[in-house]
Amino acid sequence: MNKRKKEILAGYLFALPWIIGFILFIAGPMVASVFLSFTNWNLLIPPKWIGFKNYYTLLEEDELVPQALKVTTYYAFTSVPLRVIIGLLLAILLNQDIKLRSFFRTIYYLPSVSSGVAVSILWLWLLNSEFGLINYFLKLIRINGPSWLTDSRYVIPAFVLMSLWGVGGSMLIYLAGLQDIPTEYYEVAEIDGANSIQRFWYIVLPLMSPIIFFNLVTGLIAALQTFTQAFIMTGGGPYNSSLFFVLYLYRQAFTFLKMGYASALAWVLFIYIFLLTLLIIRSSTIWVFYGRH
Amino acid sequence: MLRQKRIQRRKILIRILIYILLSVGALLVSIPFLWMISTALKPIGEIFAFPPRFIPPHPLWSNFLIALTEYPFGLYLKNTLIVTTISTLGTIISCSTVAFSFARLRWPGRDLLFIAALATMMLPEQVTMIPTFILFRYLGWVNTFLPLIIPAWFARQPFYVFLLRQFFMTIPVELDDAARIDGAGFLDIYLRIIIPMSKPALGIVAILFFQFKWDEFMAPLIYLHDSELFTLALGLRAFSSEYGTQWNLMMAASCVFMLPLIITYYLAQKYYVQGIVFTGLKG
Repeated sequence: MNKRKKEILAGYLFALPWIIGFILFIAGPMVASVFLSFTNWNLLIPPKWIGFKNYYTLLEEDELVPQALKVTTYYAFTSVPLRVIIGLLLAILLNQDIKLRSFFRTIYYLPSVSSGVAVSILWLWLLNSEFGLINYFLKLIRINGPSWLTDSRYVIPAFVLMSLWGVGGSMLIYLAGLQDIPTEYYEVAEIDGANSIQRFWYIVLPLMSPIIFFNLVTGLIAALQTFTQAFIMTGGGPYNSSLFFVLYLYRQAFTFLKMGYASALAWVLFIYIFLLTLLIIRSSTIWVFYGRH
Repeated sequence: MLRQKRIQRRKILIRILIYILLSVGALLVSIPFLWMISTALKPIGEIFAFPPRFIPPHPLWSNFLIALTEYPFGLYLKNTLIVTTISTLGTIISCSTVAFSFARLRWPGRDLLFIAALATMMLPEQVTMIPTFILFRYLGWVNTFLPLIIPAWFARQPFYVFLLRQFFMTIPVELDDAARIDGAGFLDIYLRIIIPMSKPALGIVAILFFQFKWDEFMAPLIYLHDSELFTLALGLRAFSSEYGTQWNLMMAASCVFMLPLIITYYLAQKYYVQGIVFTGLKG
């Protein structure tokens, strides 16, 4: 065997784990999922082909689908932009020449080490309407706190608030980006007499836009797949006002064993995420600045 | 002179303002944690006291003992450790070999497959979740740890492949060439050059994946039904539905659950920022 052939063989062999994994756990299941979405299957009797019926049901009949989409969108469109703004501002503050920087960085980052069950239980306690700390603080400034998780008007704002606590993860990424901006840029701007707002607007924002773009896309995709918090804290209630899409999908699949219908739901979610991502990518040509490449 | 003084004064004022903002923010962010610890140390009668007391006069450390013994904490910890260590090992091995292939070897179709791998990072888990469940059910793997472990051995999380590839690209190719001239094979290059030089990157992958796995909830929820098989995340949830209003015990259990996540972050924090650099996210 000659050298070149050897390299090709080695290339395939080293990539083999991913190739097998891709076939078994991604491409195969995707094809199967398309097929399943056209069937009616409860795992007990063989799947029955029903054509577009699942899609018809979820678009025309199932009132919980628009509800779940509405809830998920409301949450994502509130939480993600706020996280982008607060994360960036925090990173800018931390990027100043300050003492105790790594101390502050640790404090701000710590809440994002966990996003699952433990955090949900903690916030269940913080948001408790009678004995929760949040309503206690509100009482100190003479506001009667709402019963956050059992009032359909406040349940999503409560989830948004909780998501803001974990803003440290994106802050860390912004911070890494800020530290990459050459100090000469600021110096030149200062000589030219630019004030701090101008420096933010004309230096920081354009140079950070690829990172904002990245955080926006990944944040949106993650927010649209919210599950654990809703599953633990509200179970979708009250009156489905926190029925996140993935929670509904989980219920259809693993509570009601409607594997076909749940597969159709998964594709609806996929298309929704795909379209929103595409929209951001399209818009990015206007506002993302790749001048440094 | 006067103007300079004014500017100087303004700078100091801004500085003070920054410190105030950062401190207030830090306080707000740490209050939930402090409250968690405070609640965990209170007797049940005191957690509903009004106004709430932040520092319990007689910290009740036994709450931790109760929380850890009332439910089979040791068993859940063992289960979690089995799942996290074996799958973390799988991720390191599979993702590093694949990343090596993508970064260092030339073979037809490589770039196309690499783009495919990147694209799957964007794919919502839910699309593959149901057929994968059906596959594992068919294999009789429901109620075993295998569905939580096996995918990791096949680089199911392409993000780590991407991260390692980016790092491997920074290692000079001349090293490979020199080794080739000395008669080294590709396996030698992978084992003797790439792996030893990539310890920080492999460390980041191990820590990030460990934390993800420790915290993971939906997959264990789907696959583990017998309570003897529960991971800590599932156990914590079962504990919370059983001890509904005993917030002191629940906070104690949550503290213990979060501790390894906090410790691993603390030990590895400087690598976190480096990890961001490797992936090329900066600018």
